[in-house]
Amino acid sequence: MFSRDTWKEIFDTIKKNKLRTFLSGFTVALGIFIVVILVGFTNGLQNTFDEFFSDDATNTFFLFPGRTSEPYKGYKSGRRIEFDNSDIADIKENFPMFLEYITPRTTRSALVKYKGESNNYTNRAVGPAHQFNEKTIMMKGRYINETDIQDKAKHIVIGRLVEKDLFKGEDAIGKYVDLGGSAFKIVGVFQDDGGDNEERFIYMPYTTRQLIEKSTDEVGQIILAFKPEIGYAAALTFEKQLDKFLRDKKFISPEDENGIFIRNVADNYRQNQQFAVVLGIISSVFALGTIIAGIIGISNIMVFVVKERTKELGIRKAMGATPASVIGTILMESIVITAFSGFVGMMIGVALLSSLGEKLEDFFIKNPYINMGFAIFATLVLIVFGALAGYVPARRAAKIKPIVALRDE
Amino acid sequence: MIEIKDLHKSYKMGSNSLHVLKGINFSAKAGELVAIMGSSGSGKSTLLNILGMLDEADSGEYTLDGVPIRDLSETKAAQYRNKFLGFVFQSFNLINYKSAMENVALPLYYQRVARKERQEKALNYLERVGLKEWAEHLPNELSGGQKQRVAIARAMAAEPKVLLADEPTGALDSKTSYEVMDLIQKINDEGNTILVVTHEEDIAHMCKRIVHLRDGVIVEDKKVEQVRASEYVQ
Repeated sequence: MFSRDTWKEIFDTIKKNKLRTFLSGFTVALGIFIVVILVGFTNGLQNTFDEFFSDDATNTFFLFPGRTSEPYKGYKSGRRIEFDNSDIADIKENFPMFLEYITPRTTRSALVKYKGESNNYTNRAVGPAHQFNEKTIMMKGRYINETDIQDKAKHIVIGRLVEKDLFKGEDAIGKYVDLGGSAFKIVGVFQDDGGDNEERFIYMPYTTRQLIEKSTDEVGQIILAFKPEIGYAAALTFEKQLDKFLRDKKFISPEDENGIFIRNVADNYRQNQQFAVVLGIISSVFALGTIIAGIIGISNIMVFVVKERTKELGIRKAMGATPASVIGTILMESIVITAFSGFVGMMIGVALLSSLGEKLEDFFIKNPYINMGFAIFATLVLIVFGALAGYVPARRAAKIKPIVALRDE
Repeated sequence: MIEIKDLHKSYKMGSNSLHVLKGINFSAKAGELVAIMGSSGSGKSTLLNILGMLDEADSGEYTLDGVPIRDLSETKAAQYRNKFLGFVFQSFNLINYKSAMENVALPLYYQRVARKERQEKALNYLERVGLKEWAEHLPNELSGGQKQRVAIARAMAAEPKVLLADEPTGALDSKTSYEVMDLIQKINDEGNTILVVTHEEDIAHMCKRIVHLRDGVIVEDKKVEQVRASEYVQ
């Protein structure tokens, strides 16, 4: 069945029936091309969605101090609440089972100078864990580390655009800048998917900020993340317990709406998750639908091709072709055509997808792509079904009495 | 060579069935050139199709070269056809995308003859039908007579025991018909057994024996003085 002669015969037939070969090949290539493109677009849509909603970590609480609006336990209303280092230590100690990481964030603004250039930048005094919270990506150098915190080192990490503004293409690592009157050494440059604003931030150790501000131990906000595996319900429990703990510690009435604020990103997170699931289902339905459409198209052309060849098959049978050889010839022919044109269609689709990149961002399709494994799988599925679709009419053709096939016009 | 006893065949046409062959007894020896005649509907083509294993009889015996032809699977039938029989059809039935030579080589392909040898043989047979120069031409570049000669070359290429021709001249004008019959006679002269179905008297008289069919039975079976087709061919 797989002798060289058989292959020669098959390729001969393919070559000499250009229109038929082209039609079936084109159908197969188009089918697979469309599958690849649609799946890619759905993935691009998902990319846009991910970018919209998941730049920052989603298992996060933001704690803001406020000003009390009710008197409580001998304290008057209107008292300003502050967070300090002991709050961070207490939360760490009391909630180890929920807590993934915790970091303070004290936001200030300062004039930053380097050689002739200067500009005002927001700087955030943070702990090392802040990097996970903002999903800060280091381009070069490193982020603030524990040693910086302990040494109260005058080290900063600057955004990509800060480097661009001040250094004009020069490498900023190891250079010193004047930040609010003190010299700081740049230890890292980062980028952030959150947009241009986020790339104009400067990060410094929170202990350094405290040192500059007359050795206080005050911190602006506290950001903490719960372990994602605890789930949404436990996160809500954690939020309640944390709220109670801080109110007890700071003597804030349980009814006071202004003393302290906890923003729970998990709420957004949950909605986003649901949306992502729906989007995932839609894209699966899309992929399945297009594959089925492709199968139907390919089956159609296969049935047509075999029908068209009925007379030829009758002649071959009269010349001594066995049913097995008739089926084998048709099948191998259709597999050769579908495999080749399927591969071509897939490659064109993949090439088109990767050339699109961000060109369709206006239509919410960003960096459309298809998982290569899935693309090959889909192509194989279409080839197998194409062959199956060819097999059924081929078997029928092989069963037809030669005399009936010969009469076919 | 061919032995047929009490052959019956009927076709089902909806609820009623059409009894086409009603007990045919017939035999042909090696080297015979037999014309099977009859008006349309007499069952002559059906008989030829059964002889050619293109169709099956309902009952009766059929022995070809000592081999009983009975309850054949499609695969077995295909192998027997390939080994025993060569076909010539009224409508030529050449594969239109294959050149004359490739068409002639087709039965050899199914005999698993190597490609080179196939082509040599095919060319040889094309030469014998006078079409060597047309070997590379497609069927639609050939005249009707040329097509039928290619078909005869194809039927001969497999070196069959019996050559079956179903109205081989039915689609040809008389001049070309005689050329084709001349060729058939020459092949018969070499000792090949040939059965020709025809309804033309003059064609039938170019054979050595005429069998008349009417309404599914043989009404006449006679030997005739063969008219040589070459007399009509310049």
